[in-house]
Amino acid sequence: MTAESVTSLGRASFAERSNRIRTIWLVAVVAALVMFCALSVAIGTREVGWPEIVAALGGRVDSVDQAAVAARIPRTILALLAGAALGLSGAIMQGVTRNPLADPGILGVNMGASLAVVVGVAWFNIVSAQAYIWVAILGAAASAIFVYTIGSLGRGGATPLKLALAGTATSVAFSSLVIAVVLSRNDISGGIRSWQVGGVGGATFDRMSHVLPFLAAGFAISLFSARKLNSLALGDDMAAGLGERVALARAIAALGAILLCGAITAICGPIGFVGLIVPHLCRLLVGVDHRWLLPFSALIGAGLLLAADVVGRIIARPSELDVGIVTAFIGAPFFIWIVRRQRVREL
Amino acid sequence: MIVLAATFLAAMFAVTLMWGQSFTPPGDVGRVLLGQDVAGASFTVGQLRLPRAVLAVLAGLSFGLAGASFQIMLRNPLASPDIIGISSGASAAAVFAIVVLQLDGPLVSIFAVVAGLGVAMLIYGLSFRNGVAGTRLILVGIGVSAMMDSFIAYTLSRAAAWDLQEAMRWLTGSVNGVQLAQSFPLLLALVFFGGLLLTRARDLEALRLGDDAAAALGTDVGRTRIVVIVAAVAMIAIATAVTGPISFVAFLSAPIAARIVGTNGSLLIPSALVGAVLVLAGDYCGQFLLPSRYPVGVVTGALGAPYLIYLIVRVNRTGGSL
Repeated sequence: MTAESVTSLGRASFAERSNRIRTIWLVAVVAALVMFCALSVAIGTREVGWPEIVAALGGRVDSVDQAAVAARIPRTILALLAGAALGLSGAIMQGVTRNPLADPGILGVNMGASLAVVVGVAWFNIVSAQAYIWVAILGAAASAIFVYTIGSLGRGGATPLKLALAGTATSVAFSSLVIAVVLSRNDISGGIRSWQVGGVGGATFDRMSHVLPFLAAGFAISLFSARKLNSLALGDDMAAGLGERVALARAIAALGAILLCGAITAICGPIGFVGLIVPHLCRLLVGVDHRWLLPFSALIGAGLLLAADVVGRIIARPSELDVGIVTAFIGAPFFIWIVRRQRVREL
Repeated sequence: MIVLAATFLAAMFAVTLMWGQSFTPPGDVGRVLLGQDVAGASFTVGQLRLPRAVLAVLAGLSFGLAGASFQIMLRNPLASPDIIGISSGASAAAVFAIVVLQLDGPLVSIFAVVAGLGVAMLIYGLSFRNGVAGTRLILVGIGVSAMMDSFIAYTLSRAAAWDLQEAMRWLTGSVNGVQLAQSFPLLLALVFFGGLLLTRARDLEALRLGDDAAAALGTDVGRTRIVVIVAAVAMIAIATAVTGPISFVAFLSAPIAARIVGTNGSLLIPSALVGAVLVLAGDYCGQFLLPSRYPVGVVTGALGAPYLIYLIVRVNRTGGSL
């Protein structure tokens, strides 16, 4: 047996084994997701017995308990959608920028969407849900491009530090402007303030239906970009050598990510850190191949957000904690952990 | 230059006392300050404008002095207490003390100081790995302050009775509705901890050259560090317990002061004066010069963020590393 065939054999068996591991993880993650769904429907401010839950799932809303459970169903679905969208868009952003700290929150995307919506509501009288979403997506895109441009100026490109600082500065500036707009308009301040802390409470199928087209387009574009992101991960020169149009590939993938997080921010408000944590977790589980990484990020993002929402309902009884606060508490220590790892500069 | 800055501050102070919604002649203001009862001026000047102006000046002095000390000690303009999370930590502690523990007065300040020191130690410890690298310190600080901010948002959301203005105080900083009595802890802290920092001015100057050079010049680096951290954090925390974390004042003061007086000589006193001018002028703009009334933190936040971006761009262009 030649040395070459030994290595190729070893590589094949490694690939096979890691595919088996990936499949095992896939099954485990899907099982966990189903369990979280069950918990999310079963647990809430109001204690409801199993017979009532089953009856409510069957579509009956005869008693208060059943109605409470029925209200948890759209909430659960929104949490799943939001988590999947945020996890996926985080994975794309980290792939596109090749920066371990890229995340919709840190890139200032959430604040950009917030500012755009607030300005739209206060000065341009936007009321329709459709317009709301367009405005949020435009704001998200503008601030992502702005932050990335500032962060990548000069030598060394977009280092994690420059990107994080540019994002922080932009977020502070935008939040000052948001406050400035909101304070001058007492009539709209209440609604906007509750929207400023991200949450999935009060979800309805009607509101969700408005963002579905955007989410569908975002998911499709994002998952389609997996192969291109794999090429980009080799470095721009190598990717160009492989026949990839680097700038175009970046732009398309980024568009998908912005559609996802802009649409979710429009209905949930800013939910931070999900897009940051999830891709790192997924890389530990399934490796760096984006064809696995992207779907996994969506699945684990959905699971994380759903779990965070359930936790928020349990620990703050009799009221509840918005999911954006829970994710910040899980996410910030994780952010610090990433920073503390030695190779924070490159991905 | 210091005299000029102090004169400018005094002039600003006088203007804010005279000019609000209405104009009060200097003579009346003087008589109110001397304790006489002047019809139509005692309330406006004595109850509304004076406490606000005094608190703005004291908080600005504290933020400017403490921010400059941190930036000089760590040799990095980004290492100011408001960027690395110490201000958010103190603010979170103050909110917790007021809303959850129902404390008030000096107890809130003490709580904020203890928590501020705790957060400072936490950030320092978390960014320690074969020494503290500036980059890691700043990134860890950004993470910690994200957590503190969401804690503040959570605590405020539990206390539904709070109005928006009051919530703004703890999120961006405001001197709205302060009372003169609240200025005493600030004044004490300024005299005691500020004095402590000023006695260390020479050592701080030496630290600018690097830790090794400072040690060679006879500075006890470890002790200077501890004194500076404790004093600066205490000043930040006590001021924050009253006014909230007024965005970016600590971060902006020293660079502006350096522009004005140059980098020769100690920046501590000029930075403190610039901080006071920033808060006073920012509050005045927020109250009277803009179409609607804004807390001072919104004004300084809107000023400071572009400067931070400018700093990133400029450092990029010169090719230095942040």
